[in-house]
Amino acid sequence: MAKQHISFSLNGQQVDALVEPRELLVHTIRETLSLTGTHIGCETSHCGVCTVDLDGVSVKACTVLAMQANGSEVMTVEGLADADGLHAVQQAFIEEHGLQCGFCTPGMLVRAYRFLRDNPNPTDEEIRWGMSGNLCRCTGYQNIIKAVHSAAQKLQQA
Amino acid sequence: MAARAEDINREDALQGIGCSRKRKEDPRFVQGKGNYVDDIKLPGMLFADLVRSPYPHARVKSINKEKALALPGVHAVLTAEDLKPLNLHWMPTLAGDVQAVLADEKVHMQYQEVAVVIADDRYIAADAVDLVEVEYEPLPVLVDAHKALDPDAPILREDLQDKDNVGQGPRRHPNHIFTWEVGDKEATTRAFDTAEVTVKEEMYYPRVHPSPLETCGCVASFDKVNEHLTVYITSQAPHVVRTVVTLISGIPESKVRIVSPDIGGGFGNKVGVYPGYVTAIVASIVLGRPVKWVEDRMEHLSTTAWARDYWMTGELAADKDGRVKGLRVNVLADHGAFNSHAQPTKWPAGFFSIVTSSYDIPAAQVKVDGVYTNKSPGGVAYRCSFRVTEAIYLIERMMDVLAQKLGIDKAEIRRRNFVKPEQFPYKTALDWELDSGDYHTALDKVLAAVDYQGLRKEQEEKRAKGELMGIGLVTFTEIVGAGPSKSCDILGVGMFDSAEIRVHPTGSVMARMGTITQGQGHQTTYAQIIASELGLSSDQIQIEEGDTDTAPYGLGTYGSRSTPVGGAATAVAARKIRAKAQKIAAHLLEVDENDVEWDIDRFKVKGVPGQEKTMKEIAWAAYNNVPEGMEMGLEAVDYYDPPNFTYPFGTYLCVVDIDKYTGQTHVRRFYALDDCGTRINPMIIDGQIHGGLNEGFAVAMGQELPYDAEGNLLGNTFMDYFIPTFVETPHWETDYTVTPSPHHPLGAKGVAESPHVGSIPCFTAAIVDAFAHLGVTHMDMPHSAYRVWQKLHELGLDKHS
Ligand code: FES
Ligand code: FES
Repeated sequence: MAKQHISFSLNGQQVDALVEPRELLVHTIRETLSLTGTHIGCETSHCGVCTVDLDGVSVKACTVLAMQANGSEVMTVEGLADADGLHAVQQAFIEEHGLQCGFCTPGMLVRAYRFLRDNPNPTDEEIRWGMSGNLCRCTGYQNIIKAVHSAAQKLQQA
Repeated sequence: MAARAEDINREDALQGIGCSRKRKEDPRFVQGKGNYVDDIKLPGMLFADLVRSPYPHARVKSINKEKALALPGVHAVLTAEDLKPLNLHWMPTLAGDVQAVLADEKVHMQYQEVAVVIADDRYIAADAVDLVEVEYEPLPVLVDAHKALDPDAPILREDLQDKDNVGQGPRRHPNHIFTWEVGDKEATTRAFDTAEVTVKEEMYYPRVHPSPLETCGCVASFDKVNEHLTVYITSQAPHVVRTVVTLISGIPESKVRIVSPDIGGGFGNKVGVYPGYVTAIVASIVLGRPVKWVEDRMEHLSTTAWARDYWMTGELAADKDGRVKGLRVNVLADHGAFNSHAQPTKWPAGFFSIVTSSYDIPAAQVKVDGVYTNKSPGGVAYRCSFRVTEAIYLIERMMDVLAQKLGIDKAEIRRRNFVKPEQFPYKTALDWELDSGDYHTALDKVLAAVDYQGLRKEQEEKRAKGELMGIGLVTFTEIVGAGPSKSCDILGVGMFDSAEIRVHPTGSVMARMGTITQGQGHQTTYAQIIASELGLSSDQIQIEEGDTDTAPYGLGTYGSRSTPVGGAATAVAARKIRAKAQKIAAHLLEVDENDVEWDIDRFKVKGVPGQEKTMKEIAWAAYNNVPEGMEMGLEAVDYYDPPNFTYPFGTYLCVVDIDKYTGQTHVRRFYALDDCGTRINPMIIDGQIHGGLNEGFAVAMGQELPYDAEGNLLGNTFMDYFIPTFVETPHWETDYTVTPSPHHPLGAKGVAESPHVGSIPCFTAAIVDAFAHLGVTHMDMPHSAYRVWQKLHELGLDKHS
């Protein structure tokens, strides 16, 4: 099938790519654009390890066609840190031991980032529901909840 | 006082054993800079994808590759016929059996690998898989393990028909794999014949899958010019993989490099060697280009190693005070189509005989029969140490059954049967030597922490009102740290593990181990061990694992063996370095070796304040000023062969409330006390326990790989296979006691699996306890709302009164 040209902003930089119409965004990001922080765990929208931020909402990049990202703004885990260093959610995951094997972590962080923008001061229960699209097999979630709380506090102080 | 404070500062600066050091692996993971197998991209790399059988049992009549090969971008389609000349169409399993790499004339399970397609990218490979035409002739299917040994059962493994032994002892039927029997039959029979009371219960431990979030995969790269093979692979045991690759390919180990990069969780699933790996390796050798194979989730759940599938019958003989006199267990083990469980060679049922657990049981007898069925192969240790989870489940269920029969409180019956602190080291009836334990203290601490009496009172009140509340209590002893090479090997290689430590001139350290982290944080904790042993700051200590070209040979990470075996090797290697450092220090201070003593990070001349050499100074001297006759340098290797296993233990308590009308179980409280001996990093231990409890919760409440009568696997996607989310997962409370292992150099026992082993029977116990006053003694997992509701309905409890 003829490849199509798409152009979008990835972590603040304009990128171009030639993609097959059926190509999934997660493959374009990982393989064509070589940002491998976004992972693949199920390809059926269940696990959330492929979570990216697309025009201000969390999406699972395994279930979005690359073509759908044309003209939009995408942020992956690689876009969280800036010149000042790690983002508060990244720092909090380290401080609270919110990761083990690290495979779910990029998706978790990108989701936590968006979740805290939508709900800057969440309760435990709200975190549990708000993050429930992201699975983790290692941590038992408890320290991730702690990390999201502590990031929320830091972000509010800032 | 001042001196003491200074000592504490020096000690803190090391960030050694006992401190909750932040993990060194985290900065790269939180920035998306992990390096997992699927992240690896080599120049000219092709993609492999597998054609899989829709039938669980069938003859392969023909395979037509033409259409697939005609698709642009397809490089090759390989079948068993193509692998035959290389003798690679079958491979050895870790259990003495063989497994088809690509189906040789017959398929034995649904989703079995039939052909491999190699193409330019994963989309083309997937298209080509659909174009391979395979003609099958379906055969009668065997799904029910209980029918495997029937005289008229369909014969599955025709390749083994004339073998009366498939590596694990004599067998008596073409579908039989082994019978494993241990214990004193006579003494046990006597105990039952003379018992005041006996109980018996049948239980099924369902087939469950570890399902780490990263599936299995590899990138194989064969360099034709130098005849050198490199494989990046999702393996918990890279050195074992190298040995297997050499055995089946004939390429010498020195020309095979296996690398386990970052691994996205393993939990026992990534110990074995899978057909996908072998096909990628063969394809790379044939085509002379790197080949990547990464399975999808459905392939992962359908074909890679699962755990359990044990049909167990337990019996206890006791006196009327609840003191157990005898234990008898019979197990029918469903191993699927190939015997590819991963247990040490001599242990076809793993360490199932730890089944006497924390209890002083004078006589015991265990029999396990393994059989083939048309299901996927496996039987690995899902976050446990070789069938320990099944064993602990059985004994903990049986203790409750006995308690209910005698009307004795479930905590009290355990207390009456515990091995007492003064009995250690304690030889069990099934021949394990429990190294250390203090079960009474652990139990009392938990009962006090949760106000057990108060809970029982509340339960009574609730029962009076017709409400269902259950309290589950489990007091388990694990066996980990496999293991002494006299009793444990894999493919003939003893189950030691190794560490190699080099201290550089300025006091920084590079250390390599034979184990491999999959999230356990080895880069952090091994450095802490070395820091404490050598008095050098852990921030200056670099840990590397997983590359067989550089790391010393080791058996890998599973069965909680890293700390008990790899951690011990690390401590012993560090002590060898310290012994040399002592000689250098004495030489520098111009005193006798026996006149200096170790103090946190330096050697001091005894009784002469100020006369001392720090480890950093000694490291420098090791490269320019050593005693006469001593070789330069400061490094050591240790291959540690443990004298015994370690036996971590714990007491877990769970409180549930059950909705009478929906069967929904709410876990109100889960309290886990673990004793893993010396604690190296409490933060990491807690994290491991949370994770293990959550995986235990998953197994108890929902995980299952069921098959229908035709051998179709139901539930091989994340839509059907239960992985708890944030929402279902309970809140965990953790606690600990410390009873060091007397034989481990650091006193550490290993912890990551205890929470899985201990929590599963605890959830079941809590749910059954909610129904105990109605005469219910056991309910099989998974305890989904529907299944609990079935029990409510059967008892008529779901009716509005
Ligand atoms: S890979 Fe996208 S949700 Fe699992
Ligand atoms: S840290 Fe391993 S899956 Fe979450």
